[in-house]
Amino acid sequence: MTGYLVRRILWLLPVLVGVTFLVFLTMHLAPGDPVKIMLGPRATEETLNRVRTELGLDRPMPVQYVSWISRVLAGDWGRSIQLRRRVLPLVSSRFASTALLGFSALFLASLGGIGAGIAAAFKRHTAWDRMFTFLAIVGFSIPVFWFGLILQFIFGVRLGWLPTSGMIASIGGGGAWDMVYHLILPVAALAAEPMALIARMTRSSMLEVIQEDYIRTARSKGLTEKVVLLKHALRNAFVPILTVIGMQLGFVFAGSVFVEAIFSWPGVGNLIVNGILARDFPIVQGSILLIASSYVLINLLVDVSYAYVTPQLRYD
Amino acid sequence: MTRPSAHRRDSEWVRVLRQLVRDRTAVVSFFALCALLLASLLAPYLGLPDPNIIDLGHRLDGPGENGHLLGADEFGRDYLTRLIWGGRISITIGFFAVILSLCIGLLLGLLTGYLRGVWDLTIMRFVDVLMAFPYILLAITIVAALGPGLRNTMIALAVAGVPYYTRIVRGSVLGLMDKEFILAARAVGTPPLRIIVKHILPNVIAPMIVAATLDVGWMIMAGAGMSFLGLGAQPPDAEWGLMLSNGSKYLRAAPHLSLFAGMAISLVVLALNFIGDGLRDALDPKVQRF
Repeated sequence: MTGYLVRRILWLLPVLVGVTFLVFLTMHLAPGDPVKIMLGPRATEETLNRVRTELGLDRPMPVQYVSWISRVLAGDWGRSIQLRRRVLPLVSSRFASTALLGFSALFLASLGGIGAGIAAAFKRHTAWDRMFTFLAIVGFSIPVFWFGLILQFIFGVRLGWLPTSGMIASIGGGGAWDMVYHLILPVAALAAEPMALIARMTRSSMLEVIQEDYIRTARSKGLTEKVVLLKHALRNAFVPILTVIGMQLGFVFAGSVFVEAIFSWPGVGNLIVNGILARDFPIVQGSILLIASSYVLINLLVDVSYAYVTPQLRYD
Repeated sequence: MTRPSAHRRDSEWVRVLRQLVRDRTAVVSFFALCALLLASLLAPYLGLPDPNIIDLGHRLDGPGENGHLLGADEFGRDYLTRLIWGGRISITIGFFAVILSLCIGLLLGLLTGYLRGVWDLTIMRFVDVLMAFPYILLAITIVAALGPGLRNTMIALAVAGVPYYTRIVRGSVLGLMDKEFILAARAVGTPPLRIIVKHILPNVIAPMIVAATLDVGWMIMAGAGMSFLGLGAQPPDAEWGLMLSNGSKYLRAAPHLSLFAGMAISLVVLALNFIGDGLRDALDPKVQRF
């Protein structure tokens, strides 16, 4: 296990360096002078030169990269051009909101998806099962940005049951319940697609397992179908389900960009999109760097946990 | 194992087609998709009004009002016309991004799988870096560099899709390298380029086309999503994602705008997913549905 861990971390280092290089390049691939784009046509030559020096853009590119990465590692991620605030604290606080949204959605998707998948396997080849099959395909064919709007319209605008935007109520809000209340719609919107995929995988994985001999043995012992499915089949069907849950991490991170835009959720996705539209490169770079490196590290944790529960994976 | 003969491959495709025709959902989806594609392609010849003509007197008209079958948008433009014209852009984004991704992925996958060594190491590390980003985030990162716009979005989606295709092709090529017909071709001194083009490519291309078909719906959705965020198509273009985004500003006064635009995207993606599902079942008859 230690050998596997060391190998995975060693593999990770060049990937992380590559990620930082790609993020660094975003500013340099832009056509035209990035400083002019950022500051607009009315900026004076003096201001342009000052920002150019501040960002180190007057030096050769490899030198710029080394200097940029050294500053990033030291915690200096620059200042936002538009918001005039330091990037690292801003991005970190926004990232916490995105993580709250993403992990809540993943939790709901796993819970709902596994439950629905087991129910479909339990009622296999019936009308319920066919309806489930249909709903699952519909679930991942509906774009998250449309589903979010539908939820917002029905439960926020028409019924007025739930808030349509923000993280806390602007007047008298701020408690934990208030936040949960604001979380319901964004989480439901974000969870739909992963839930459909997890349900699909749970069902097919369960159906595969129930053809095994030990399931026949369990049934021949006279155990009820419920015990056979939940106690014997689910445990053995769990690794592929875990894999698909792990794969949904990328979706919830990426999907949160849309959900945050719809529900004005103060997350890092909103920050990126507004940063791109305002050509605020330090914010865009900082946000993307934080999401991508967290995604790499979370994937490492997921891989290591698979290897822990499935020893043969360690030798791949 | 020898290379499958052309006749055997033909009969395999006939079997797949027969199986696919038996799947009613896939067939209905196919015809619905064809109708939508045709309507979008023939938009200039359908005698529809100009999708960009502004008529502020009829802004936010409801469905069926003043001759607007699906209503009118915030500038009084006929919504049905814009939806049909919008399909041209949205569907083009999906197809273009998939074709470009497929071509680059095919080239990189063939190179890495056949040449191995330093080529494999370099290209696959690059692919690993791209895969370190969630798909949409990678596309957003590329748009951040190139600037928002329709062309840049198509490029961004295509580049973001490259790792997927490169890995599939590389895997297929590695699986073929030990086959007798490749070993024989190498043993008689066939030049590498000829082996790749004549022997490897025909065996890799079919599964790649199936994978690409399944990917088109996803790319259409991603393209519409980029426009929804304001990073893809720009006003006054009629594009489904952009129309949905503009419609969302009038959710109280004119919810039909968001409803129809979202429905158009969902129906195309749903149809492609049903066809893809049928195709997957037909290609692998051993796999139970789902």
